[in-house]
Amino acid sequence: MDEHESPELTEDEKRLFANLMPEDLSEILDTGVNRRHFLKLMTLAGGGILAAQSAVAEQLLTRPLTPAPAIEPASVSLDNAVNVSFKVNGTVRKLTVDSRMTLLDALRERLDLTGSKKGCDHGQCGACTVMVNGHRVLSCLTLTASCEGKAVQTIEGLAKNDTLHPMQDAFLKHDGFQCGFCTPGQICSAVAMLDEAKKGQASYVTQNVRQTTGPARLSNEEIRERMSGNICRCGAYPNIVAAIQEVYSGKPVEQVFRSV
Amino acid sequence: MRPFTYTRANDATSAIKLLTENPNARFLAGGTNLLDLMKEDVERPNTLIDISDLGLAEVKSIANGVNKGGVSMGGLGKNTDAANHPLIRQHYPLLTQAILAGASGQLRNMATNGGNLLQRTRCPYFYEVSMPCNKRAPGTGCGAREGINRMHAIFGWSDQCVAVYPSDMAVALAALDAVVHVRNAAGQERQIPIADFHRLPGNQPEKDTNLVHGELITAIELPPNRLADKSYYLKVRDRASYAFALVSVAAALETEGAMIKQARIAMGGVAHKPWRALKAEQLLVGKEATEANFNQAAEAVMADAKPLAHNAFKVELGKRSIVLALQTAMNGGKL
Repeated sequence: MDEHESPELTEDEKRLFANLMPEDLSEILDTGVNRRHFLKLMTLAGGGILAAQSAVAEQLLTRPLTPAPAIEPASVSLDNAVNVSFKVNGTVRKLTVDSRMTLLDALRERLDLTGSKKGCDHGQCGACTVMVNGHRVLSCLTLTASCEGKAVQTIEGLAKNDTLHPMQDAFLKHDGFQCGFCTPGQICSAVAMLDEAKKGQASYVTQNVRQTTGPARLSNEEIRERMSGNICRCGAYPNIVAAIQEVYSGKPVEQVFRSV
Repeated sequence: MRPFTYTRANDATSAIKLLTENPNARFLAGGTNLLDLMKEDVERPNTLIDISDLGLAEVKSIANGVNKGGVSMGGLGKNTDAANHPLIRQHYPLLTQAILAGASGQLRNMATNGGNLLQRTRCPYFYEVSMPCNKRAPGTGCGAREGINRMHAIFGWSDQCVAVYPSDMAVALAALDAVVHVRNAAGQERQIPIADFHRLPGNQPEKDTNLVHGELITAIELPPNRLADKSYYLKVRDRASYAFALVSVAAALETEGAMIKQARIAMGGVAHKPWRALKAEQLLVGKEATEANFNQAAEAVMADAKPLAHNAFKVELGKRSIVLALQTAMNGGKL
């Protein structure tokens, strides 16, 4: 059992559990059950039962676990240990990592920031896109060891408290996803891409790259080209482009899914 | 991935010394290709020397020497920064387009100019360690020669290796007569013309380049030219973006009235190195910039093609791509 998890069920969890499996509750409470087992059981219980309890269930399942302090193995236990200190979403994190550990694995496995996704793990899909020192990069091809002194921003760092980043809002409005696996990478990539355009960076489809004054103008074709490093297997591309176009233009864009 | 020691270098001299002393060490810059190859067990270094703190990233005008008036880009500059630097965009739009045709925004933010030159082939037989490959494991044979070779070479291949070199940037550099500056452990600098930097496979496909282990790419120099008004990088691939080239063409022209004064044609996706078409360029000099003359030049390039079982399409595709790239260059780079 991970030490940061509360070993006891909360009152809400007990109530939900009692509704789902009344005959098992007392036995489980007597023998003790931790929250992770409970959540696993909930998952196994399946969609049908969950649907009936969805309001409570959603509240519980989306409740974040208590943030875990990164657990530091003694450096002597690692042959190729590297000490690294870097900022993640504004907070300084100090880790001792195996030299092979990618930034993606450090974020997900050591810092409990599982928003960044491992899609291909070979730099071909963009699901792991994060920003390092303000630039979008692939965390699956970045060694954690190379992040010393750098500032990393992940999808978890985009919203300000309960206020979503405009790009997150736009993805919701335009239904810029289906399964959602590529979404954190899409959003991080889109946020940084708009910054690149503002600085006037060109793309392969830019008509005249010799013209270097002012921000780049983003047609849908430009957005598609600049976002080509983020693959969406569900094919939500028209909606993703509309979401980005809305944030770029600052004006409401028609929801593509309504017009087809 | 196999274990390795990670070392961060503070200065070029000590980085070069560390690499020179250890044949199993590698420089780590952007890491976009190297880490991928390490995950696949193709590359197995025991030490990575991180050289990203060495500077060597500047893009600047060249004030002295044979390339005076040209532009120099640091070996450790990021591809994004090179492509977007005003000096490059203004004077070498062909290079800007070629860099931006490669990879994705994320990868170009990571990849360096020197690292781009040292990209290894994406031949699937090279990447898959259970397959024979003379480039990865000399003497094991070539899986692609009689295997699936749709993506492979039509020029300059040998029975030992039919792989193609993947970089777009280097194809433009070949057309622009770039010069690669490298430094070794003795502190000596040498300059390698881009045409001599990469090799054809011959009997030693394991050697991609003529770089010696221990040498660091410090800069890439671009000589001044009069080609900026009429150039275009055309990349043809299986999807619209974020894919390696089936065929690519870097084309540039200098004209005087209706006459072609100077022509540059280099191709990607067709050989073990950027394929410069010097003979075809000469054919165009003194001629008018007409479709008929472009066709003739394209025929001349492809006369040397030796397609494999699955890539004969690259011959016709290459011809049409050369003509279209030259026409687009004539049109000021507008498709």
